[in-house]
Amino acid sequence: MHASTQQDGPAASSLTPLVTIDAVMQQVAEHKGCGTQGGSGKASCGSAAGQGDLPTEIWEKVKNHPCYSEEAHHHYARMHVAVAPACNIQCNYCNRKYDCANESRPGVVSERLTPEQAAKKVVAVASTIPQMTVLGIAGPGDPLANPAKTFKTFELISQTAPDIKLCLSTNGLALPDHVDTIARYNVDHVTITINMVDPEIGAKIYPWIFWNHKRYTGVEAAKILTDRQLQGLEMLTERGILCKVNSVMIPGVNDQHLVEVNRAVKSRGAFLHNIMPLISAPEHGTVFGLTGQRGPTAQELKALQDSCEGEMNMMRHCRQCRADAVGLLGEDRSAEFTTEKIMEMEVAYDLDGRKAYQAKVEEERVAKVAAKHEELATLAGESSDITLLVAVATKGSGLINEHFGHAKEFQVYELSTAGAKFVGHRRVDLYCQGGYGDEGSLETVIRAINDCHAVFVAKIGGCPKDDLTKAGIEPVDGYAHEFIEKSAIAWFKGYLEKVASGALEHQPRGDAAIRQGALIVAA
Amino acid sequence: MALKIIASQCTSCSACEAECPNVAISEKNGTFVINPKKCTECLGHFDAPQCAAVCPVDNTCVIDTSYPRYQLPA
Repeated sequence: MHASTQQDGPAASSLTPLVTIDAVMQQVAEHKGCGTQGGSGKASCGSAAGQGDLPTEIWEKVKNHPCYSEEAHHHYARMHVAVAPACNIQCNYCNRKYDCANESRPGVVSERLTPEQAAKKVVAVASTIPQMTVLGIAGPGDPLANPAKTFKTFELISQTAPDIKLCLSTNGLALPDHVDTIARYNVDHVTITINMVDPEIGAKIYPWIFWNHKRYTGVEAAKILTDRQLQGLEMLTERGILCKVNSVMIPGVNDQHLVEVNRAVKSRGAFLHNIMPLISAPEHGTVFGLTGQRGPTAQELKALQDSCEGEMNMMRHCRQCRADAVGLLGEDRSAEFTTEKIMEMEVAYDLDGRKAYQAKVEEERVAKVAAKHEELATLAGESSDITLLVAVATKGSGLINEHFGHAKEFQVYELSTAGAKFVGHRRVDLYCQGGYGDEGSLETVIRAINDCHAVFVAKIGGCPKDDLTKAGIEPVDGYAHEFIEKSAIAWFKGYLEKVASGALEHQPRGDAAIRQGALIVAA
Repeated sequence: MALKIIASQCTSCSACEAECPNVAISEKNGTFVINPKKCTECLGHFDAPQCAAVCPVDNTCVIDTSYPRYQLPA
């Protein structure tokens, strides 16, 4: 099927544009509650925490979507099915030849699925992981360069698992041709990767695009791409489809420019902006990997995200997962659901069981939010300019429930008298396997959370405790199995008291490294 | 008369299969192959062979020199 045969512009749409949602989108775009101006640093913004002052219609759409709601990502899982291998553009940060099971980044999968296999897999996963609420198609190529396979998959899944939200992630080149089909299949979340709105910059990121049966290169290619991306974004938001924009931060190429991208996508109704660090390890064989283009440091990434946050909601919990990932963000259970295994599974779709489980998750969430508000109230009246970062070892559910040595990543919260705000995560190698320490790995962990004042864990051994303290990071195990934000606020209160009494001198921390290599799955 | 796909370089992304105006490309043993009897090098259809234009790996869809170049029927 050729993209051009699917051309039906907005006028040909059989769908009535959802005017009310459109008005709401405008409201969201203009919504002021989460600005960084004024120094409040409040975390009450829709995507960052709970509903806050988000319109109910939008909240209902995002509240169980781990990729659209930071709070939801602690509780709900997603899966990607790799039904879309073909791509229509070439990016300098992507290498389609490289494929390793231990590799975790977009564009990588272990096996391709047919739409029928994908539908079976979704039912198998949904039956095993009742908190799996979202099915995404994210490649490994571009879903809209494989429209027949992509939409067939959505059709099959909406028949067998009607409660699962459908979403897709695209580079946007073919998007305007498929907006009506996307609306018809009730795909209510679309992510577009937009790395530039200036073709001169685009030419440094995209060597070529394939469009209308022709390969375009250089500035001409980037011009077509940016026009199509922005047109597609506008068409989606006009129809009330929630759009997230992903941008890869490439220092020296588009880092400063992403502020402009942020403005451009906000004005076209994008709901959320996800600025991700470039992954460019030489062993991946990407153009950027081979030319030595570096990725940003943790501080550079956070500074850019902070500077865009006054403009719109920023996503900071993206794990840049594989196109066949399964599970909570930050975990990947895809190895449990290989085609061979799922074809042997006999599964019945238990809609009621899933609903009951999700009701329990909701109770947990409410308790977590209540605990946070309670603790936050005790901060009222405190005034201090101190803002600092802490790292948290968690397995999910918003709890400090991971052993330091077992953590594959740490979540990072920014603490101030305004409260605790999730600002990112740091991948680390498994520091400990089988209960003994390994000094090299501990150094990796310290590098990854070097900008943090403390690390909250469920448990930690004596040696790493000493080494962390020496490195200036306080290991905190006194809040094991308690809620993250509540605990962080309580600890921060104590910290401020110690500073006020002179027992402690507040020292700024250094920068931290963003992990580049493959995610090594524990054996 | 035709293009061929260098199997060792093919990522099996299937992009070429959908673009071929002659339906000459199919999957075989995990990679894609061009049926030289059907391939017209896209002459008469497009300015350039579509498989080579869309292929993500350079020099993977190449002219098969074991065949004479394709000629449009007079």
